[in-house]
Amino acid sequence: MAITRHEVLHVAKLARLELSEDEIERLTGELGAILEAVSKVSELDLSDVPPTSHPLELVNTLGSADPGEDEPRPSLPLDVAFANAPAREGDLFKVPPTA
Amino acid sequence: MSIDTLRLTAEDALGLLERKEVSGAELHRAYLKAVAERDHELHCYLRTVEDAQGESVPIALKDVISTKGVETTAGSKILAGYVPVFDATVAARCRDVGLPVIGKTNTDEFAMGSSTENSAYGPSHNPWNPERVPGGSGGGTAAAVSGGLAPWGLGSDTGGSIKQPSALCGNVGLRPTYGTVSRYGVVAFASSLDQVGPVAKNVRDCARLYSIIAGKDAADPTTVDVPTVELPQAESLSGLRIGVPKEMNEAEGIEPGVTAAVQKAIELARELGADVAECELPRSVEYGLACYYLIAPAEASSNLARYDGVRYGLRVDADTYYEMVERTRDAGFGDEPKRRIMLGTYALSAGYYEAYYGQAQKVRTLIAREHAAAFETFDLLVSPTSPTVAFKLGEKAADPLAMYLSDLLTIPSCMAGLPGLNVPCGLSEGLPVGLQLIGPQLSENTLFRAGHALERALEFDPVPERLR
Amino acid sequence: MSTVPWEPVVGLEIHVQLKTRTKMFCRCANGFGGGENTQTCPVCLGYPGALPVANRRAIEWTIKLGLALDCEIASNAVFARKNYFYPDLPKGYQISQYDLPSCTNGKILVPTPLRDHEVGIVRAHLEEDAAKTTHVGGRTGRIGGADYSLVDFNRGGTPLVEIVTGPDIHSSEEARRFLQLLRQTIVELGISDAEMEKGTLRVDANVSVRPAGSSELRTRCELKNMNSFRFVAQGIDAEVKRQIGLYEAGGQVVQETYDFDAATGDLTARRSKEEADDYRYFPEPDLVPVEPSTELIEQLRAEVPESPARRIRRIEEELDLDRAVVLVTGGLDRLWQATVAAGADRVAAANVIANRLAGVDGAAVEPAELAKLVEARDRIPRAALDEALAKVAAPGFSADPYLAQEAVSDIAELEPVVARILEANPGQVAAYKGGKEGLLGYFVGQVMKETGGKANARAVSDLVREKLQ
Repeated sequence: MAITRHEVLHVAKLARLELSEDEIERLTGELGAILEAVSKVSELDLSDVPPTSHPLELVNTLGSADPGEDEPRPSLPLDVAFANAPAREGDLFKVPPTA
Repeated sequence: MSIDTLRLTAEDALGLLERKEVSGAELHRAYLKAVAERDHELHCYLRTVEDAQGESVPIALKDVISTKGVETTAGSKILAGYVPVFDATVAARCRDVGLPVIGKTNTDEFAMGSSTENSAYGPSHNPWNPERVPGGSGGGTAAAVSGGLAPWGLGSDTGGSIKQPSALCGNVGLRPTYGTVSRYGVVAFASSLDQVGPVAKNVRDCARLYSIIAGKDAADPTTVDVPTVELPQAESLSGLRIGVPKEMNEAEGIEPGVTAAVQKAIELARELGADVAECELPRSVEYGLACYYLIAPAEASSNLARYDGVRYGLRVDADTYYEMVERTRDAGFGDEPKRRIMLGTYALSAGYYEAYYGQAQKVRTLIAREHAAAFETFDLLVSPTSPTVAFKLGEKAADPLAMYLSDLLTIPSCMAGLPGLNVPCGLSEGLPVGLQLIGPQLSENTLFRAGHALERALEFDPVPERLR
Repeated sequence: MSTVPWEPVVGLEIHVQLKTRTKMFCRCANGFGGGENTQTCPVCLGYPGALPVANRRAIEWTIKLGLALDCEIASNAVFARKNYFYPDLPKGYQISQYDLPSCTNGKILVPTPLRDHEVGIVRAHLEEDAAKTTHVGGRTGRIGGADYSLVDFNRGGTPLVEIVTGPDIHSSEEARRFLQLLRQTIVELGISDAEMEKGTLRVDANVSVRPAGSSELRTRCELKNMNSFRFVAQGIDAEVKRQIGLYEAGGQVVQETYDFDAATGDLTARRSKEEADDYRYFPEPDLVPVEPSTELIEQLRAEVPESPARRIRRIEEELDLDRAVVLVTGGLDRLWQATVAAGADRVAAANVIANRLAGVDGAAVEPAELAKLVEARDRIPRAALDEALAKVAAPGFSADPYLAQEAVSDIAELEPVVARILEANPGQVAAYKGGKEGLLGYFVGQVMKETGGKANARAVSDLVREKLQ
């Protein structure tokens, strides 16, 4: 199940990874091989098998034991919220422009 | 008194503390000293914690576990310098019972790997033979416990990252039932598979540590209540029905030395009174790897999207936001995370979702059903944990698929959310062989009981020969 | 010139910010509070290892809204991740709902003179709001574009209900009516203030046109950036006009997203992306499916008041559509019902309430007292009635003091005044006799002025009419 260079570039864009030419070449080969291996799953006819999203069959019945009680808890103090921030202006996180 | 960190178990340490033969601070210092003297050879630790905040048995924490005020990198450059402002629930629970942290242990980057060679900070080494890998992703913790640099520790397991290093290093590691240990504060790799678990020198210590960290957490809605943990004592296995899945024990790629050691352990189980019989998991092994290597990267590709240079971690400056994000991620992520992010993004993308991710989630149901069927007849299933003993550093690093095969036997039960215990059962070529015990959901006590009895009978010395 | 009649085809996408006390997936306080970034925590900042905990009240309120919109409530609803990158999205994904939303297949009946216009509610689902990004500066050398952007994560994580209608709206006026009813439904549930100016209600429109009478669905364009119902209507009109112009000139409509500038009436296309976003939705593994029991759903259903649309239809049967719409949308229908129950004439009470009590809090008025005023409206002096109605919502109001006053109905007293007024206004008299019957009100008003509001308006009116026959 080869993956084309074009697909690699498309996926890299979706994942916001700026790959070097080296990486693009290497990944095209590696991903092709891995996809080949994992495509094995399509050998099976699982049309009447439901997908698993959770290993335990937990559900939220909105009962009183549900932890999502609408009671406010203290938020982070400003200097803590910004403790790891790469760039800050005033009390806002600063980033290069989106446009 | 002199503390033999190579031999000391957590239970021993608790005894010393209780009898006041040693203080918590002394114990902590002893391990720090051992680390200072010998970790240059093993590189288990990424950093140590100098002040002992607790009076009980010191512990090593895998560097995917957030520790408030202590740098946490998940083995990645993209989190270099990142200091969490909160504790993971498991770290808080350890702190609450007074376990001082020795340090944060090395890990494959974002817990992705089977050898710790994917750590951006250099690999760890196997204490039995430093030219060999300690396994991964939690090689740091396993090597520390076996290398006398920690009495016990916490790791995380997604597809075998606790069990496999424990097998390669010769100690006891538990991958708990999914949902019994909180993931809050644990750097996420694959949300429906990640679990934090204990690593220790013996089964009783492992059980004790599990009881400290396990249990429902309001901060993690995917957790459940757990049965009270019983520290195992019995040394007989009578009444226990043990299944030996053909596909797991006869899979291609299992070294003969591994098979031999595991067979001996299974024989021993019979002698201890267990009913042992062959069983089948027709498709779980054959399709397990493919299933895992679709689901885990897919969830990972989403979980790793938050590393964008905006609020924490590495930032590579650029003229625009998107350039900044792209360059930061390219510079900050190593090859394996990049591979998995790409794979996962592809598997979820438009037009491919049904064939890849969608289909894999169905295979997952199949695997769960096969195991459930086996557990109608058996209490436990056994197999080797790893197809091989510890391989040489660099041996598989260049071939991702070869590396993935290390998880062939640990992965299937992970897909079903089942608990698994590694118990060292012998040596092959002078390197440890691990026996994997798998149980149904919430069967940790059965695993501990069986593991303990086997351990007592096997008399495996967990201290590496070259260090004795 | 239009050769073929065209029909607008409009679907609306509405986002409602719920006024829960805490955010959707963490327990930071929700709503305007302190300064920037003071309502944040590891969860809503997307720190490594943070996990979402769903706000139970937000889910219940979403179900209630679904019930009020006649939706089917899912017995199994699943949160899903919508993956994309933007500075205001800390996790790199938004937790939303995708193919298993909480509410589907509902409707709002928008009453119109011809028929109830049914606007389908395709779905209503729950999600978290993004944070707020502001763009700063703009170097002169750069064409459009800021110097940098700043992010405030306070808003990030606020619970949002997204409501999607079918392409069932066919004029800007319908859109406006629909939105008014929707907004009122939401406000009466107490789950949001739903104010567009404040951003607690946001509306985007999907607009296309088609030849009237056909049922095809042509390419549609999305309109954004309208922050009042009036601007939504204007935007729809502008876009409809633009599309018709395109088709009639032989062109095609290309799918675009436009910002509507209400001040200039301009539609500006957003910078088109190279390719459509692929959000790679998958079920959120950190949250378990929501499975409300039938008991809970029935309990919530019992708490949902009768919708405005329903009330309009019901009251219309006793009055007429226009009065029903005014009463219900003014929030005064319950007062009207109670006043009628207290003995007032249906139509008279509707007129008094609709004309004189707009903006008054209906719940503050004692219906029995209002009924007395309605009954006495012709009998007591105009000034007395005005004063009474101005004070009717005050606590402890009693109509009795005002009822004691009698308007002057004595013909002997009124006749000279009427004669004086008619004499003083020969021009208006001639006009009235020439057909301008509306001038009756003018004459009556002049008499009322002369008598300081003490005359009985009805009696005056009869007298004037008689005199001018």
